[in-house]
Amino acid sequence: MELDRRGFLKIAGLTVLGLAAKPGWDIVSKVKPAETLPAPSPFAGKKWGMVIDLKRCWKKEDCIECIDICHRIHNVPSFGNIKDEIKWIWTVPYEKAFPEHINEFGDEGLKIKPVILLCNQCDDPPCVRYCPTRATWKREDGIVMIDFHRCIGCRYCMAGCPYGSRSFNWKDPRPFIKKVNMDFPTRTKGVVEKCNFCEERLIQGLIPACVEACKEKALIFGDLNDPESEVRRVLKSNHVFQRQVELGTKPKVYYIL
Amino acid sequence: MYDSDKIIVGILIFIILMTFPIWYNAFTGKTGYIPKPKIEPKILADKKQCIEPKDYIRVNHGDLLKDWRESVVRSNNRVYIASDKKRYNMSLTKTCMNCHSNKLDEFCNQCHNYMGVTNNCWDCHTYQKEMYPEGA
Repeated sequence: MELDRRGFLKIAGLTVLGLAAKPGWDIVSKVKPAETLPAPSPFAGKKWGMVIDLKRCWKKEDCIECIDICHRIHNVPSFGNIKDEIKWIWTVPYEKAFPEHINEFGDEGLKIKPVILLCNQCDDPPCVRYCPTRATWKREDGIVMIDFHRCIGCRYCMAGCPYGSRSFNWKDPRPFIKKVNMDFPTRTKGVVEKCNFCEERLIQGLIPACVEACKEKALIFGDLNDPESEVRRVLKSNHVFQRQVELGTKPKVYYIL
Repeated sequence: MYDSDKIIVGILIFIILMTFPIWYNAFTGKTGYIPKPKIEPKILADKKQCIEPKDYIRVNHGDLLKDWRESVVRSNNRVYIASDKKRYNMSLTKTCMNCHSNKLDEFCNQCHNYMGVTNNCWDCHTYQKEMYPEGA
C-alpha cells in the first residue's frame, strides 16, 4: 500500500484520538455520589461570649483547674520552655493584662494578681484578615476557627493578633502530650493553634470545659444575642472591661473586677 | 566514535543502576508482590458493606475523605448520604476506622506504601491502636 506523508499523519492522528477517547470519557463522566446532608445549623444567630469575674477567680490562690482541663482535653503539649510554649488559656499578671488600669498609687498587690487570658474570639478578628489561605475564619456563631488542614504555618495571624492568643507548633507536639485524648486530634509541626471556645463541646450541647471546671463560677459563658442569657444579665449589672478595646477588634471576652 | 570504550561502559553502568530496583526485586523474589489490604475477619463475617461500593471506594476514597473534611471543618455538615441513601457520620476516626481498625500496616499502608503515596492524616488524627497499642 502506498502511504504518503499526509495519509500517515491522518492515520496517526486518528489513532491518538481513539486511544484518548476512553480516558477522556472517564474524566468527564466521573460519577460523584458524594452527597451531604446540610447541617441543621444549631448555632445560626448565636454569638458566644464569656465573662470572667476576677474577684471570684482570685478566691482560690494558684488555682489552675480551667487551664488544666482545657489543655488536657485539647491535647495541648507542654514543652517545658517558654519559646515553644503552646497555650489556649493561660494567666499573666494584672499589670500585663491591663496596663492601662495601673497607676503609680494603686494597690501593689493587684499588679501581680493572675488574670485568665484566652482567645477573645473577636467580632472583627485581625487574624482572619491576615491569613493568606483562609485557614482561619469567623464562624456564623462568632467563633474564630482554625482549619489545621489549610494552615501553612506562616504565622501572619500571630503577628496580627494583639492579644498573643495564638501559638505556633515549632516541633511535633505529640511526644510532649502526657496522655492523648482520643476524642480530639492533636496538632502537627508547623501549624498555629489557639482556643476554639470548645466548639466540639458546644455541638454536643455542653459548655466550654474551663467554664465547667471552675468551682468558683468565675467564668460565665453564653449567647450574647440572647437578652435572657446569664452573660447578658451579668454584662448588664456589672461594670465590665475588655482588653485593648481601642483597637476595634471587639473582643467577646469580658472582665469584671 | 571517540572514547567509545568509556562511553559504552558508562552507558552500561547507567542502565544497570537505573534498572537496579527491577533486578533487586527479581532476585529477592518480590516481583509478584501484590498489596493485600486486610479487612478484619469479624467485619467480613458480618457481611458488612463499605459506605459505598468497593470499586468506587477503591478509586475515590481520597476524594471522598477530602470532601468530608471540607464539609465537616468548613461548613459543620456532618451527615453523609451514601448512594444507597444510608446516612453516615463523616468521620475518619469514628466511621472509617470503626471497621478498618487495623489501620496502619494492614490496611491503608498496604497500598499506600506499595504505590509510594504518602498522606499526613495521622500526624494529627489520633487512633487508639496506634497511640496506645497495648490499650490504655
